[in-house]
Amino acid sequence: MEANVKKPHPARDTFGKIGHGLSAGLRTVGHFLRKLLKVRTTRSLAGDIFNIIFLTLLAILMAIPLVYVVCNAFKPIDELYLSPPRFFVQNPTLDNLKDLLSVMNNSWVPITRYFFNTLFITVTGTGLHVIFASMAAYVLEKHNFYGRNAFFSLVVMTLMFSSTVTSIPNFIIMSALGFVDTYLALIVPAIGSSIGLFLMKQFMVTVHDSMLEAAKIDGAGELRIFFRIVMPTVKPAWLTLIIFSSQTLWNSTGGVLIRSEELKPLPYALNQIAAGGFARAGAASAVGLILMSVPILIFIFSQSQILDTMSTSGIKE
Amino acid sequence: MPQQIKKSPGRLGRIGRKIWHDRVSYAFLFPYALVFITFTVLPVLVSIFYSFTYNNIFEPARWVGFDNYVRLFTRDDVFLTALQNTLVFAVITGPGGYLLSFVVAWLINELSPFLRTLFVLIFYSPTIAGSVYVIFGTLFSGDIYGYVNGALINFGFITDPIEWLTDPKYIKFVIILCMLWGSMGAGFLSFVAGFKNIDKQYYEAAAIDGLRNRWQELWYVTLPMMKPQLLFGAVMSITSAFSIHEVTVALAGFPSTEYAAHTLVNHMWDYGYQRFEMGYASAIAVILFLLMYICRKLINLLLDRVGR
Repeated sequence: MEANVKKPHPARDTFGKIGHGLSAGLRTVGHFLRKLLKVRTTRSLAGDIFNIIFLTLLAILMAIPLVYVVCNAFKPIDELYLSPPRFFVQNPTLDNLKDLLSVMNNSWVPITRYFFNTLFITVTGTGLHVIFASMAAYVLEKHNFYGRNAFFSLVVMTLMFSSTVTSIPNFIIMSALGFVDTYLALIVPAIGSSIGLFLMKQFMVTVHDSMLEAAKIDGAGELRIFFRIVMPTVKPAWLTLIIFSSQTLWNSTGGVLIRSEELKPLPYALNQIAAGGFARAGAASAVGLILMSVPILIFIFSQSQILDTMSTSGIKE
Repeated sequence: MPQQIKKSPGRLGRIGRKIWHDRVSYAFLFPYALVFITFTVLPVLVSIFYSFTYNNIFEPARWVGFDNYVRLFTRDDVFLTALQNTLVFAVITGPGGYLLSFVVAWLINELSPFLRTLFVLIFYSPTIAGSVYVIFGTLFSGDIYGYVNGALINFGFITDPIEWLTDPKYIKFVIILCMLWGSMGAGFLSFVAGFKNIDKQYYEAAAIDGLRNRWQELWYVTLPMMKPQLLFGAVMSITSAFSIHEVTVALAGFPSTEYAAHTLVNHMWDYGYQRFEMGYASAIAVILFLLMYICRKLINLLLDRVGR
């Protein structure tokens, strides 16, 4: 029976029809790609080629706005207002960064103040978030007490309620507590971020119970166990919490919660400069680059630990 | 009867003793729990309460029953537009971003570690790049400085520039594009990590069992093992799909032409922070919470069918 004869793979079949030479050429490329990409052999060659082409095209599309920001930051002012516009920079210059510095020095609240505000809320908020969320995550995963499952379910339930959606009631609560127009309005809510606790708690499975028991037998107290055994083990998760939390705080403009000029964070000041219109176009493009690069740089250096953490991030129900 | 009377305080006592015994655990939980409850759980309760009141912050709140909700659905046309827009955005950007994240994570997983890292960085960057999305305003600008218009005119697709950000026909399109561009966030990372961690042995075993291609592999091996990540990604998608706010303000302005890009969050901010009608804004918040909750339940039902 013909049907029992093993058919060549459909993709190879197609290539065969196109012509032997072309097929051989494609196969060489394909084998090279396979070696490069370390693909398993159950896959079709055509699929692998399509895969890499698709990903590359999509990556180029995704990167356009980011590349544009980088290009703009180094464009001289006449290139920024070229018509028709040019995407890439012709004569790169550092004028925009210099311009930004001079604009910042002339503002009535010194720029170092805005920078300090952002640095202060980012470091304090992120630091406290990592410590408090880790403490809570540790007992939620490793201790057995009343209400622990109920509490964690509540955290999972509220994962989707972002600060944007809870903004109005949050503002009412902040006013009642007197947090409005203080650093606390930005720092305190960041401490209680539910995604941080969630990721940390899921990652706590990597801490072996035997280590905790051994420490207990040696007479170590809970605080000692936490700082000496738990925290070093979950280091990849700290980095993840740090990047999620610092991203939010670093990009915070203070919004309605901060009114005093001297308490406003850096993105607010940079946005003000960017809103300055034609005269500030150069400085504004430099602003874009600065705001964008800090979180991306942090991510580049911590991405492998972050992916470690995310591997335990699933919601089990 | 006497037995029961004796037993009841005994049980209470036991619970009390257990709580006292676990006091260290509660102490560890306390600092986080205090902040979490105050700024995540309490806001939900507060908005439910205030949604039944008239409250302008300056005077004490006044109980008005269901008035806010009645007003939303019967006398506020802008709210109905916002509700409709939010649903359109959510239905497209939610599942759209989710599928995009999943497919890209799946394809990336077959690459070498170096390429995988590079692609993860490129795809994830838009979400951490802060307010870079304002660039979409320049790219899609309606005047001759707009890059998209420039390119389309160059290639002869159009002769006159399109008012991408002010023409109600196109505003939604640009916003959706921008949201999809920034949709590969925490959920995407979770997918990438989930794919990476599936033991290769499962695939080898499945290949011996007769799985022929990557589609069968995906449905029968990968997806069932990724269920927890799939749910996490879904929650992240719901969050971003219903919180669209700054993007519309930055791109389409506030209010946008004919409220074409007006979302529920826009509407809520308008009433809360511009008009200080906190009760009315709270009612909008409650409706958002409800919508998100319903979505979450629907997704749970859908994910139960995966791999069957």
